Amino acid sequence: MIAAVAFYVLAAVTVVSALLVVTARNPVHSVLWLIMAFFSAAGLFVLLGAEFLAMLLVVVYVGAVAVLFLFVVMMLDVDFVKLREGFARYLPIAIIVAGVLLAEMIMITVAVANGGAAADAVGPAAATADKTNIEAIGRVLYTDYVYFFQAAGIVLLIAMIGAITLTLRHKPGIKRQDVGVQVGRNAKTAMELKSIETGAGLNPEDLR
Amino acid sequence: MDLTGALQIAASELTLAVGAMVLLMLGAFMGEKSARLISILSVGLLIGASAVAATSPLGVAFDGAFVSDRLAVFAKVAIFLCSAVAIVLADGWMHRQRIARFELPILIVLASVGMAMMASSGDLISLYVGIELHSLALYVLAAFHRDDLKASEAGLKYFVLGALSSGLLLYGASLVYGFTGSMRFDDIAAVASADPGPGLIFGLVFLICGLAFKVSAAPFHMWTPDVYEGAPTPVVALFATAPKLAAMVLIARALDQGFGGIHDQWAQVLVLISLISFAVGAFGGLVQRDLQRLLAYSSIANIGYALLGLTAGTTAGVQAMLMFMTLYVIDQFGFFAILLSLSRGGRPIRRIADLAGLKKDRPLTAIALTVLSLSVLGMPPFSGFWGKYYVFGAAADAGYWQVAAAGLVASVVAAFYYLRIIKLMWFDPAPEGVEATDRAPIEAKTVALASAAFAFPLVIVGLTWLEPLTRIAATGYGAG
Repeated sequence: MIAAVAFYVLAAVTVVSALLVVTARNPVHSVLWLIMAFFSAAGLFVLLGAEFLAMLLVVVYVGAVAVLFLFVVMMLDVDFVKLREGFARYLPIAIIVAGVLLAEMIMITVAVANGGAAADAVGPAAATADKTNIEAIGRVLYTDYVYFFQAAGIVLLIAMIGAITLTLRHKPGIKRQDVGVQVGRNAKTAMELKSIETGAGLNPEDLR
Repeated sequence: MDLTGALQIAASELTLAVGAMVLLMLGAFMGEKSARLISILSVGLLIGASAVAATSPLGVAFDGAFVSDRLAVFAKVAIFLCSAVAIVLADGWMHRQRIARFELPILIVLASVGMAMMASSGDLISLYVGIELHSLALYVLAAFHRDDLKASEAGLKYFVLGALSSGLLLYGASLVYGFTGSMRFDDIAAVASADPGPGLIFGLVFLICGLAFKVSAAPFHMWTPDVYEGAPTPVVALFATAPKLAAMVLIARALDQGFGGIHDQWAQVLVLISLISFAVGAFGGLVQRDLQRLLAYSSIANIGYALLGLTAGTTAGVQAMLMFMTLYVIDQFGFFAILLSLSRGGRPIRRIADLAGLKKDRPLTAIALTVLSLSVLGMPPFSGFWGKYYVFGAAADAGYWQVAAAGLVASVVAAFYYLRIIKLMWFDPAPEGVEATDRAPIEAKTVALASAAFAFPLVIVGLTWLEPLTRIAATGYGAG
């Protein structure tokens, strides 16, 4: 009973905050709602008995990704008046599309309620006495799902190559620190004695 | 199955992935001057991988996630060879543009790993991971000329719309999983034919929408003209060929293997997509002034024909799709190689009107472009005709002769813009005071002439081995 109440509260909060992510006028508020949605989704994972995934969601998405989003959004110079332009023009068609989607989702919900979804499918394996949650994930991740695991690794490799290819520029004339050269300096290479004519003054160019 | 057996089945992907990482290390330590060497090695790697794909054992690995059957092998060999040709074209182009970087061939190799995974995916996760793997590399390739405003725009548009389509795809996949309780296509097929509820159909439609996005079928084509116009020409040559072939094979496998029991449900979606693609491709192309935009609309219409082959839902339909795509891919390489080889004063010829009077200046290129135009238009006995012949035949046999008739009407409309290119080249005088075209780069010229020669007359010989090959590929579905 209490689990059902918790589920419906968490699910409702998730859906409402996801809705507010896309409707909030201020992008900073959008990101804050996104964090809210992540937290509630983490709660749903806890209800399922997947504590490790819940903690992962909080640490990775809330801790790193969302905060990164927040930094990026705060650096943007968003013109809110311009952002809302054309809103009224596309509103009718958007309402039609949204209405169709809503009707279809209600149909699906009814179908699920009537037992249309895979009722006899195996549910997620909960932690047992002899193996913890993390162990259970590790066992399938590196055995049954090793193909996807490696493929996801290649996806990340491509993302890294792409980011470097598109953004790295070698600018000429940048002075970089070279520790080897710095340590290798001695009195002979670092100093130079110049005799200066008395009373002639110094030209900085001569010192180079 | 043990790991060694699984690795043998997936040997070609493994070769490419490991090879790409070795090349990446080589490039990182040798610096930018290694671009040419890495290109040559990448072409060798891709050709080697296609040999590995052709000889490695068939079978199902990784708990049904990876299926290596004859369809997958046919697609992989074609995909790897397409990528190799694209690297040859891209290498010359980037050296001429003075933006030679070793990452470009490596990204193409990694994209082909993704495309090969798509061609042999046996469940929804490998479908999605394969699609993401190749699209992520293609987004970067589209924006590869990063100082060019149009290329950056093309990359961004492709990325944003591609992310949207991935969202559609994932939503559909999650619904299918929710209503069948399995990710594997054969388990899905069992549930789908036993009791196809509205939820499953809804998920299937979203899945088709996401996949249609990747092959740029209308009404999910909106990114195509802008990306074709803005992205570097050799990269567009890749976009128009290997990924389209991989995605078509993926659609064939997902629909036939995963939803074979409810053919009438997905056939109507494909019919609708084909009809809209015919219309958008034929009529949208009429008003284009830019050659690459024109080719984008032409590709939208041609994807409609390939999907029409799949609509039939028969072995003959899959075979027709493979024939059509193979012949189409060869024509496309010819077109883009000609675009790469035509320039005036160092600037590429991009407007259709600039082709006027090309016969005097470059008679050989004009002949090649004429042959390729007639081929894509579907004039017998050029290669494009045979592709359409098989597709329309398969569709009519399965009872979709009205759609096939609509396709015929669309090719008549589209004939206008191909014939206009021919008229401009042969019968219009070159405008006054226009300078002569530059010398064509050797690799682009070779590819252009080779594919024109294939379009006619070599296609007659080619058909005698392509026909049995595609038949074997289409019949050896799922089984080893």
